Amino acid sequence: MIEWFSIIMGASLFVLMIPVIYRICKGPTGFDRILGVNVIGTKTAVLLVIIGTLYGRVEMFVDFALTYALLNFVAAIVVSRYLNRTISLKEMEAREKKKGRSRA
Amino acid sequence: MTFDFSLASVLGSVSEDVSLGISLLHIIGIISGILGLAFFFGSAVGMVRFPDFYTRMHAAGKGDTLSTMLMLAGFALVTMDDFSVESWLVFIKILAVILFIYLTTPTSSHALMRAAFEDDEMPMTEKDLKNSSQKHKGKK
Repeated sequence: MIEWFSIIMGASLFVLMIPVIYRICKGPTGFDRILGVNVIGTKTAVLLVIIGTLYGRVEMFVDFALTYALLNFVAAIVVSRYLNRTISLKEMEAREKKKGRSRA
Repeated sequence: MTFDFSLASVLGSVSEDVSLGISLLHIIGIISGILGLAFFFGSAVGMVRFPDFYTRMHAAGKGDTLSTMLMLAGFALVTMDDFSVESWLVFIKILAVILFIYLTTPTSSHALMRAAFEDDEMPMTEKDLKNSSQKHKGKK
């Protein structure tokens, strides 16, 4: 019973990942792509717990899931910072002047 | 080294009464997992169908967080077969993963949204929507 529940959950997670992968491949901006990667990363943490349930060794796979969630968070933050810094610095300063307030 | 908590004997007797071999915790876990799948279905459909980056982020951020938390909670209940110390340890670890995802997924989507907004990715207005629908009709 529990095995069948785990198998069906994992298979439907894989099937539902297909639209997200479509968004990653097609996405007009880079932000769409990194958003899809973030969604798939959190779902992979769930999939690791499901695989651990199937193999009967959840206590090992839960640590993998925790590590994967941590790496996913770090990746999302780093990529958002990187894409933010790709605006040129002069353009940024001009925008700040236009806004009328200065930021460090 | 088998500690018997008082709750264990109570719920164990409940699970023995149900003759199908499924305890109450398993039923709650399965329902929670299926609810999580439903929320992830909504999130996936929203990521394909919505026209704008911010609306897609709306679908992905909320649905992703809630569905992940529900599915992990369901599996935490399903893997709780006997109430020994090791299964309590696994339960608490999965709860730690849930807490971590509860904290980090909204944070990362907020950081992505802020990066997109500072990168001049403007939200879609009504005029853009009319233009795109006219283009779509022209194609057909």
